[in-house]
Amino acid sequence: MSGVQQRESAVQRKRHIGDVLLAAENIGLRFGGVQALAGVSFDIREGEIRAIIGPNGAGKSSMLNVINGFYQPQEGHIVWRGQRMRRMRPHFAARNGIARTFQNIALFKGMTTLDNIMTGRMLKMRATMLEQAVFWGRARREELEHRAFVERIIDFLEIPHIRNVPVGKLPYGLQKRVELARALAMEPTLLLLDEPMAGMNLEEKEDMCRYILDVNEEFGTTVALIEHDMGVVMDISDRVVVLDYGRLLADGPPEEVRRDPEVIKAYLGVSQD
Amino acid sequence: MIYRETGQFKTSYAADQAIFPIAQDRLGMLVILAVAFVAVPLMASDYWLTTILLPFVIYGLAALGLNILTGYAGQLSLGTGGFMACGAFAAYKLATAFPELHVLVVFALSGLITAAVGMLFGLPSLRIKGFYLAVATLAAQFFLLWLFNKVPWFTNYSSSGVISAPPLAIWGETYVTGFEATPRAKYLFALTVVTLLALAAKNMTRLKIGRAWMAIRDMDIAAEIIGIRPLATKLSAFAVSSFYCGVAGALWAFAYTGAVEALAFDINVSFRILFMIIIGGLGSILGSFLGAGFIVLLPIFLNNALLAMGMAEAVALASHLEFMIMGALIILFLIVEPHGLARLWQILKEKLRKWPFPY
Repeated sequence: MSGVQQRESAVQRKRHIGDVLLAAENIGLRFGGVQALAGVSFDIREGEIRAIIGPNGAGKSSMLNVINGFYQPQEGHIVWRGQRMRRMRPHFAARNGIARTFQNIALFKGMTTLDNIMTGRMLKMRATMLEQAVFWGRARREELEHRAFVERIIDFLEIPHIRNVPVGKLPYGLQKRVELARALAMEPTLLLLDEPMAGMNLEEKEDMCRYILDVNEEFGTTVALIEHDMGVVMDISDRVVVLDYGRLLADGPPEEVRRDPEVIKAYLGVSQD
Repeated sequence: MIYRETGQFKTSYAADQAIFPIAQDRLGMLVILAVAFVAVPLMASDYWLTTILLPFVIYGLAALGLNILTGYAGQLSLGTGGFMACGAFAAYKLATAFPELHVLVVFALSGLITAAVGMLFGLPSLRIKGFYLAVATLAAQFFLLWLFNKVPWFTNYSSSGVISAPPLAIWGETYVTGFEATPRAKYLFALTVVTLLALAAKNMTRLKIGRAWMAIRDMDIAAEIIGIRPLATKLSAFAVSSFYCGVAGALWAFAYTGAVEALAFDINVSFRILFMIIIGGLGSILGSFLGAGFIVLLPIFLNNALLAMGMAEAVALASHLEFMIMGALIILFLIVEPHGLARLWQILKEKLRKWPFPY
């Protein structure tokens, strides 16, 4: 994608950006004596690509875990579509279309790529255990329907050749892609990506960027991602949150954040002008 | 050459999602079923049917039950014997209290009762994992056996603590349990039940519920984030597994031995079935039966082979040798293929796809 096209698509995307989808309000999270997050507030708007950056141990992954209800913050809350959640729960998050991938891949190693992605459709299946035992009626119909949907994702992410391979045997880059596929199978409204490009080479990173942008543009999926590669972050994200030692350091469009003296001091190092 | 899917084009997802998508597998399955249902009852002697084949299919069912829990859902259990006892005693109480109930209803209900009991003992699985859960399930093993041994109500106040299966007919005068039943009828009845349940297990494990089990086994955190409820999923695995073990226990008491006491289902049975699935292959339907075959049939085969080799006088020596060879074989198999006989079979199939031209 050339620079001009990229800017154009960025402009187009801005038009898609809508209301606040999810807001974190004054989140405080402690593990014993360690303050992982302190008074962090920011919002994620519908249709945007939101990056969360910060040095190691800044609380980025903890923030994602709070968003999908895996950690319960001691202070503050999550507001989902204008509704203030007393406690966010993983099951509620999943049902409402919050999907995520993990920093260290969390695939189901003993299952094939296809089965892994099919687990993403789990919440949309209604067949009872008895129907599944005889593979008849609703169980069969659902299975075929969701298989067809999953095949579209497999095509989209260009992984048909590994459909029947147990994921434990796949190389790292492909595992990351299967994990993205599993998250996409949930047809998420909000996709949380925890370092989707960690440990990838340039080519794999470019592929992954392309997938993220495509998902965002074609399906209108809101994306919140943690990433260390500044080039990637500055290129694809609409707004950036910077965390440092659990505090919010800066929040704004990439160009603005890049120039923020606090951020430069804490994260990007000494200015190279 | 022999096992290859070249030329079998699947043009729909329906064809690809069929239970046996490959023609050779379908054919193989039909041959096995034909042998088991037609050839064996015609040719095998009563001795073979009652002392070799019946325990094999019943152990196979119990191993399948444990495999659902341990192999698929990843919850280690040592309570198999207890759950089998539960099924046996539930069937006995039902059959004696309501003699008019049909045998299939008795078996289904005893399975359901065992499923409820299994779920109860599965509750700790939300909090404890691995070896610690195994210890918790030991509680089921010891408590259930103690209960059936000490509370006379379960044995209908029999002084010996032994329950003897009442005769139950599948239709008319065709008895399939108790002493009136012919070995052939008992074998065919047990085989039918086991076949149907194995088919159901195959379907469950490859569909939604099976994926949920495996997801919990492989990575419970990711499973939860996807929206799988850990407790409900683990309990469903306990329920289905216990159902299978319960039916296996009922078959054991009603079709195999005819009369049984609680102690017949002691901890050794639990261990035996655990070894079956470890040797057969965790997380494999076929493996459950291969493991059961290995543990049940091989000692008999060894024993007969040793006796045939002129050890008829030294019976004690023969039985010692049998133990030694058996132990050595188990170790050998675990070293050669830690994932069990089912994996060996899979590797063999892979090889057969290309044989004899593996370019």
